[in-house]
Amino acid sequence: MQPMRQHTGRVTPLDRANVDTDQIIPKQFLKRIERTGFGQYLFYNWRFDEQGNPDPDFELNQDAYKDGSILLAGSNFGCGSSREHAPWALLDYGFRVIIAPSFADIFYNNCFKNGILPVKLPEETVRTLFARIESGETVDLTVDLEACRIDDGNGFSVSFEVDPYRRHCLLEGLDDTAVTLQQEDRIAKYEANRPAYYRIHPEPVK
Amino acid sequence: MKPRTLFDKVWDQHVIHQEPDQPAILYIDLHLVHEVTSPQAFEGLRLNGRKVRRPELTVATMDHNVPTTDRSLPVTDPVSAKQMETLAENCREFGVPLYDLHNPQQGIVHVIGPELGLTLPGKTIVCGDSHTSTHGAFGALAFGIGTSEVEHVLATQCLQQSKPKTMEVHIKGKLGPGVTAKDVILAVIAKIGTDGATGTVIEYTGEAIRNMSMEERMTVCNMSIEAGARAGMVAPDETTFAYLEGRPYAPKGEAFEEAKKAWRQLRTDEGAAYDFRVELDAADIAPQVTWGTSPGMGVSVTDRVPHPESFPSATEQKSVKRALEYMGLEPGTPITDIHVDRVFIGSCTNSRIEDLRAAAQVVKNRRVSPNVKAMVVPGSQQVKRQAEAEGLDRIFRDAGFEWREAGCSMCLAMNADILEPGERCASTSNRNFEGRQGRGGRTHLVSPMMAAAAAIEGHFVDVRKWNLTD
Repeated sequence: MQPMRQHTGRVTPLDRANVDTDQIIPKQFLKRIERTGFGQYLFYNWRFDEQGNPDPDFELNQDAYKDGSILLAGSNFGCGSSREHAPWALLDYGFRVIIAPSFADIFYNNCFKNGILPVKLPEETVRTLFARIESGETVDLTVDLEACRIDDGNGFSVSFEVDPYRRHCLLEGLDDTAVTLQQEDRIAKYEANRPAYYRIHPEPVK
Repeated sequence: MKPRTLFDKVWDQHVIHQEPDQPAILYIDLHLVHEVTSPQAFEGLRLNGRKVRRPELTVATMDHNVPTTDRSLPVTDPVSAKQMETLAENCREFGVPLYDLHNPQQGIVHVIGPELGLTLPGKTIVCGDSHTSTHGAFGALAFGIGTSEVEHVLATQCLQQSKPKTMEVHIKGKLGPGVTAKDVILAVIAKIGTDGATGTVIEYTGEAIRNMSMEERMTVCNMSIEAGARAGMVAPDETTFAYLEGRPYAPKGEAFEEAKKAWRQLRTDEGAAYDFRVELDAADIAPQVTWGTSPGMGVSVTDRVPHPESFPSATEQKSVKRALEYMGLEPGTPITDIHVDRVFIGSCTNSRIEDLRAAAQVVKNRRVSPNVKAMVVPGSQQVKRQAEAEGLDRIFRDAGFEWREAGCSMCLAMNADILEPGERCASTSNRNFEGRQGRGGRTHLVSPMMAAAAAIEGHFVDVRKWNLTD
């Protein structure tokens, strides 16, 4: 996983609440067996019409926002399906940071596993940012994970909170499977003491 | 000892290590795998030279992509076929048992786990699928994970997890006739919202839950994720044990008796505190119909499509306007005036034998409206066989329903079962998101009885008004 310490980039506003993972990456694109190449399908049904033409009203199709690497969205972002294809698509498109008042749990977790930083800010701060983007006051943001601060270089500056361990893993780009495997002795000991009735009954697949 | 909740007990039993200010390392008793969220995980194992630590605690099936038509024919979508073949190859390479497309036990992962007796009280169960919460109906701690975590569990049989908070959802009293588990969970989500339980594990309690069969409890727990919860749980009881006894993978004989003794302890202690509590009166719950593009956008069948102005915040009003536009609905329209083009009875929420029995009871000796195309997709091949043995397939076919092979089907429309743009569907599935059942498709979430009645009449009806004495 690629580590993240600080990121500066254009903000793309997406002022919608409850953006679900079916919108982030529609099901017809889940059949790939690779982790890459999903960016072209990000928000597909919102970005393109039924003939595959870009919808000029959608934010990702607007010159001011299409090269964004920081997504600003409404509450409960990433609800619905557990599909990790959603963060893969966001990352592949170029997003490294997502800012919203709240996130759905599985999506939030999946972001950290892929080097994307999801930042929770209070609803009113997010509203302020949407307004500043619309007025042109805020264009780019610098998100500093070491200092836990967001700054637009034009008078907007806020701090944010993130779980210290998740922050540590993202700063270092840690492989958490390797971290868990260091507990081999404890895993083996636990396994030796599991109740007998949880041993899978030896009935082979017919 | 401090009184503990059901969730606390299962959690505590599975923490193998906990560093201060770090997530717990949780042992996983059962890992369910399907074709869509696993290929990149197996590939990750190969790239890192890792193996599957406990292949026998891992069980795979094919469900999301599978055609529900004649299984003797080849899969026509080459991309779907490739994904299924990849799962088969991965299972062979890593020694994971697989219930493939042609296996007599194949089915939706959340239907076959319980039906095979793999799902047991007190287990930790994960799957790369958000509806893994279903298995909590047995008093298991079961939740959906992403593909990176699938890889983590394959390699370590463990997961790193921060301890969630707890929420009690108490349903007091008795449900009226024609009001089902689906209506209970839709009413809960309408009340608390789709992020009302974010960061929590729900425990469902109360007389209405106690009176439910295992199938009904699974319907309730299944949609916990639609309220934002990590998991939903119901304390195991005699109903649970009766369901499990004799299932292929469930413990047998003395082992089962020993297990029951332990499982009887899996209940929230007197005086244990939940972080949040919600209470509904079963008597207040009517059959539910969703009108929008989020599972929380639902009302009773006796209600009308709401006005955007009736919502308090500007953000909500905007969401509602957008949803009504997508759904092609006018505010103020009585729910029973909404006509449907399609009816889908199936999905991990409502495709079990009891769901099909309930729908068949409504359909019996009636005909599907000429304007409606209706289908039943059993959750597993075993459900299908049982339904056929009971003659339910004849009832559905005689009425004009299509009777299909098992799979996820039109719940997410990854296969050929898909809505056309603008088509309106009464669906027993779990998500009414934009485009979920096909681009431009309009989904109304309902119970199996309500879906069956809509198929007959061509529009939503209050199934409580029907005389269903059979």
